[in-house]
Amino acid sequence: MTTTPQVQESNKEVKAALRQEYKYGFVTEVEAETAPRGLSEDTVRFISEKKREPEWMLQWRLRAYRHFMTLLARDQHPRWAHLRYPEIDFQNIICYSAPKQKRKLNSLDEVDPELLKTYEKLGISLAEQKRLAGVAVDAIFDSVSIATTFKEELAKRGVIFCAMSEAIQDHPELVRKYLGSVVPYSDNFYAALNAAVFSDGSFCYIPKGVRCPYELTTYFRINTQDVGQFERTLIVAEEGAYVSYLEGCSAPMFDTNQLHAAVVELITLDNAQIKYSTIQNWYPGDAQGMGGVYNFVTKRGKCQGRNSRISWTQVETGSAITWKYPSVLLQGDGSIGEFYSVALTKGYQQADTGTKMTHIGKNTRSTVIAKTISAEQGEGTYRGLVKVMPSAENAWNFTQCDSLLIGDRCGAHTTPYVEVRNNTAHLEHEAFTSRVSEEQLFYCNQRGIGLEEAHALIINGFCREVFKQLPLEFAVEATRLLEMNLEGTVG
Amino acid sequence: MLEIRDLHASINDVEILKGVNLTVNAGELHAIMGPNGSGKSTLAFVLAGKPTYAITSGQVLLEGVDMVGMAPENRARAGLFLSFQQPMEIPGVRLDQFLRAGYNAIHKARREEELDVLKFDRLLTRKTKMVGMEAALTRRYVNEGFSGGERKRNEILQMAVLEPKLSILDEPDSGLDIDAVRIVAQGINQLRTPQNSVLLITHYQRILNYVQPDYVHVLINGRIVQSGDKDLALQVEAEGYDRFEAKEQALDLSPSCPPLPKGEGDVSPSLLGKGARGLG
Repeated sequence: MTTTPQVQESNKEVKAALRQEYKYGFVTEVEAETAPRGLSEDTVRFISEKKREPEWMLQWRLRAYRHFMTLLARDQHPRWAHLRYPEIDFQNIICYSAPKQKRKLNSLDEVDPELLKTYEKLGISLAEQKRLAGVAVDAIFDSVSIATTFKEELAKRGVIFCAMSEAIQDHPELVRKYLGSVVPYSDNFYAALNAAVFSDGSFCYIPKGVRCPYELTTYFRINTQDVGQFERTLIVAEEGAYVSYLEGCSAPMFDTNQLHAAVVELITLDNAQIKYSTIQNWYPGDAQGMGGVYNFVTKRGKCQGRNSRISWTQVETGSAITWKYPSVLLQGDGSIGEFYSVALTKGYQQADTGTKMTHIGKNTRSTVIAKTISAEQGEGTYRGLVKVMPSAENAWNFTQCDSLLIGDRCGAHTTPYVEVRNNTAHLEHEAFTSRVSEEQLFYCNQRGIGLEEAHALIINGFCREVFKQLPLEFAVEATRLLEMNLEGTVG
Repeated sequence: MLEIRDLHASINDVEILKGVNLTVNAGELHAIMGPNGSGKSTLAFVLAGKPTYAITSGQVLLEGVDMVGMAPENRARAGLFLSFQQPMEIPGVRLDQFLRAGYNAIHKARREEELDVLKFDRLLTRKTKMVGMEAALTRRYVNEGFSGGERKRNEILQMAVLEPKLSILDEPDSGLDIDAVRIVAQGINQLRTPQNSVLLITHYQRILNYVQPDYVHVLINGRIVQSGDKDLALQVEAEGYDRFEAKEQALDLSPSCPPLPKGEGDVSPSLLGKGARGLG
């Protein structure tokens, strides 16, 4: 097909005018307490001491540290993903950085106003009067949690929502029981690293029969250059409990890469449900591919109880590199696992993301809907595994992975693995790759809608099935974020 | 309103339009008839600015402004509307959302009021009633799972919402049964005003039983070979396109097709008479 010069011209203008800057790239000036650069047993002890952790916690960290060092010595970096990046020098990373606070805070009034302003700028208000109704927020700045809202209201119902470091102090029996029970430190390279040096994260516990009245939200912010953020989140839903949890992320613009290696563990007992949503907008690097966050995350849920349910919904628009496979172990009979994902790569971003659904119990069901959007030189890969164990009678899976390409320099790859060891299983797989069609664009243009907006409309439509899964406020946010990220990629 | 002067256009270097001349004044409805492959849809797409077509020479003036080289969205904002013969599906995009985006883009460009969701919803409800469409359709994804009739009626709804100055309707009757043709025609009639104009492209005469054209033109092989009033449409129906094809071939034998004399575009429609208007 030929394109008239006028159209090429207008595309160029659109490109030039709308190369969108990353909006969250500022740095907050706060005095910080920082661990010495590098990774050693002393670093682990330093962090544990800062957190005034009990001995069992320190010992767990040290075991993880030793395991990690063995992996490192044997050069066991995971290299199987469709990603390219230089080897990470773990001796050049700062594992812990916390804004200096003189004493334990009793209320928000005592939080450094600079920090509160940071969250205001990010559109997250921690101040009492401006909070989003029905949303409780835990704000994590570099390595520590600075504030958790709605704590008292939640406590009335027996819901625990606090920083992980607090949970280790205040609810050691729960933490000890569940921490590492879904993702042991020996699980993989980055899980080992995380277990050794994790600094903070969120802890949620929903007691039996309670439907958590708020959306629980953790907002992660990396502020310090060369800092590694290793947060650890643990959510436990007791019998018949329900919780919807959302995490958001952003980071300043630095020309070096920052490492974010988180571990998230979810556990549902009989008839419990956890809905976990992520809007990931870490700094993706500049237009030349300099800087940006390396997002190497292990997320896994265990449907331990019968008829329990875990849903992962993720909108991945940021990070230079994303390596992430939120998975579900379907152990309880009749349990359900779901994974809904939109991953956008542009510039020089790379994403290798997907899920693992492991069917163990009888009549377990899983649904996977993954949408990969690639623009400019972005490389997006869907990697998924559906595994049906011999014990999983009548397992059922539906997988749909769709890719949308914008322009001709990007790539989309799909690598679905299936492993079935019980022949009563029923699996379906659908996949298609498409481009934003010229015909659709022209139809929009003919109705007065410009090229940028037309792309945004079509792509939002493409992601609709996934956005539908997000809590309403965040669906709006996700739509806006996607549009913002797509600006300037048309042509 | 619309003035087309010696328009030549091609796709993949194959010339489809070979010198089209046409003047449509405000308030007029012109029907363009022609056999398959005569360039009817090409004319519609070229006027709307579809990027796959290249205008090689000629002018297209909308209210005196040359649209050649103008992006399709800017033509739409200037008041040009195309009802698609095969309307596109846009999965996951709700019709009401799509239409509001178009409405607001057009209004913004004209520095007119943009409507929020609630206000637009009221407007849309009024318009759906007007064209006899089910309101529930506006909450479905654009054309996804629409029947042929629903798609065509949806185009008329969009025309009703966007209130264009010039509407180009590319076979709004194709693939419809007679009742559906009547419904679409009613919609078109309702939207006619003394200020706006319609270019109705059709293969068959039957829609003209319900929509009164001021002029009828026969397009053969990329040229208008004859123009007339409604009787011309009946003549086409009775005799087929063969006779007109012979006439078009004769054109090729003549040394050249002289362009329109200057100022002819200003001639009032009453002076145009039947016949050679389209020949230029």
